[in-house]
Amino acid sequence: MSIALLDYGAGNVASVERALRRLGAESHPAMLPSDLANANAIILPGVGHFAALIRALDERRLRGPLTTAIRSGVPFLGICLGLQALYERSEEAPEFAGLAIFAGEVRALPSTVKLPHMGWNRIRVSRRSGLLDKLSESDFFYFAHTFAATELSPEVVATCDHGAPFTAVLQSENVFGVQFHPEKSGTPGARVLQNFLRLAA
Amino acid sequence: MSLARRVIPCLDTEGGRVVKGVNFVGLRDAGSPTQLAERYNAEGADELVVLDIAASRDERPTFLETICNVAERLAIPLTAGGGIRSLEDAQAVVRAGADKITVNSAAVVHPELLAELANEFGSQAVVLAIDAKREHRAAPDPLGGHWDVLIRGGHQSAHLDAIEWARKGVEMGAGEILVTSVDRDGTQSGFDVELTSAIARAVSVPVIASGGAKTPQHFAEIFDVGGADAALAASIFHDGVQPIGKLKEYLARQGIEVRLRC
Repeated sequence: MSIALLDYGAGNVASVERALRRLGAESHPAMLPSDLANANAIILPGVGHFAALIRALDERRLRGPLTTAIRSGVPFLGICLGLQALYERSEEAPEFAGLAIFAGEVRALPSTVKLPHMGWNRIRVSRRSGLLDKLSESDFFYFAHTFAATELSPEVVATCDHGAPFTAVLQSENVFGVQFHPEKSGTPGARVLQNFLRLAA
Repeated sequence: MSLARRVIPCLDTEGGRVVKGVNFVGLRDAGSPTQLAERYNAEGADELVVLDIAASRDERPTFLETICNVAERLAIPLTAGGGIRSLEDAQAVVRAGADKITVNSAAVVHPELLAELANEFGSQAVVLAIDAKREHRAAPDPLGGHWDVLIRGGHQSAHLDAIEWARKGVEMGAGEILVTSVDRDGTQSGFDVELTSAIARAVSVPVIASGGAKTPQHFAEIFDVGGADAALAASIFHDGVQPIGKLKEYLARQGIEVRLRC
C-alpha cells in the first residue's frame, strides 16, 4: 500500500511517519502533485496556523490534486489542523479558503477555559466508525489546539469538550479526521492509525 | 469528561547523558536518555521534557542526536530546550523530533523570539520556561509574594517580575508556562504552591509547575491548591523513588483526573 504523507514542513510529519513505521507501514512524503497520483491512502498531518497550511498547499499546487483524490474515494486521514482544513474556512485565518469537503467553519474555543486545549482528554462517541474499533470512551487522546469544529455536523463520530463541545473524530465514507494527535496518544492513538490503515487497505 | 492533569518527567542532559543537579549545581550522572524515555513512556508519563543543560554550540549535534533517539521511542509528546536562541535553533530541534520548544534566557533578552516561534510552529508548541526566585521585601504585600526571574541557568537576575513576565510572554505567543521555583528546586520539600497559583491566575494558558517535588502529596497539592495543569520532576522519577504509575493511581484516588490507561 502506498501511503502519501503530505509534507509541507509542519512539525509533526516526522512523528506521524515514525508512528506508522512502528505499525509496520511505510509512508512516503508527498510534496508535489505527482506524489498524490498513485497514493492508496493520504494522510494530512498538521500543527500550527491554518494560514500556513493552506498557503503551503496552494504554493505547492496540492489543493486541486488533493481534493480530487479525496472526492474520488482515496482514503484520507486529516490530523489536528488536517481535520480543520476539511471545512470551508477557519476563524484563525478567515481570508484563506479551506478544502471545503465539509460545510461549516472552524472557530476558536471559548476563552472561558485555558487555551490552547493542551493535554490528554477523553471523547464521547456518537456513532459507530471503524476508525474507533477496539477503543472506548475511557481512552485518553492527546490534544494541542485552540481552534476546533464546534458546529457539530453529520460527519461527526465523536466529540470532546473544552469550554464547548467540538468535533474530535469525523468520518464520511473515505474521509476521516481526528482533532487529537494519534501519533502522540500512546496505545489508543496507535490503534486509531492501525484502524485507518486497515480501512484503507 | 475533562482534561487530565499531566505528570511530566524531565531529562536534564549533557553530552548525551542524563545528569541531575541540586539547586542548579553539583551534577551527577543519572543514566541514558533513551532508556529513561522508554521507561517513562511505558510507565504512563504524559509528556517528556529533554533539556540541554550545557547549551554550548559544540555540544549541539549531540543534543540533536539525543532528541532524535528519544523521539524514536516515544508515543507521547516531547518538549525540548536549553540553548535555543533563534528560530533556526528551534527548527533544528523540531526537525530532530520535538513537538514543543521551551525557551528561557533567550526570550528574556529577545522577547520577540516568542512571537517568531509562535508564527512558525503555533503557540501550542511554544513553552516559556521561567526560573523564579522569591524576593523578600521589607513591607508586607497584600497581593502575596514577589518573584524575580533568573536567567543563565539560575545564575543571574533578569530584573523582571515573574508574574509580569509570564503575562507578557503569553501576549508574545507562549502557549504554556513552565515555572520552576529556584528556591524549591532540589530540596524535595514540595512545589511552590504560592508561586504556581500566582502565575496560573495571571495567565490564560496552561501552567507546568516544577521544582521541589518528592511525595505524591506534593503533586496532589500543586494540582488542587496550586492550580497547575501539569507537574514536572526529574530525580525522583530517575531514582525510582516515585514510580509514575503509582503516583497517578494515588492522584486518581484523590479525585484528580489523570490518564491511567496508556
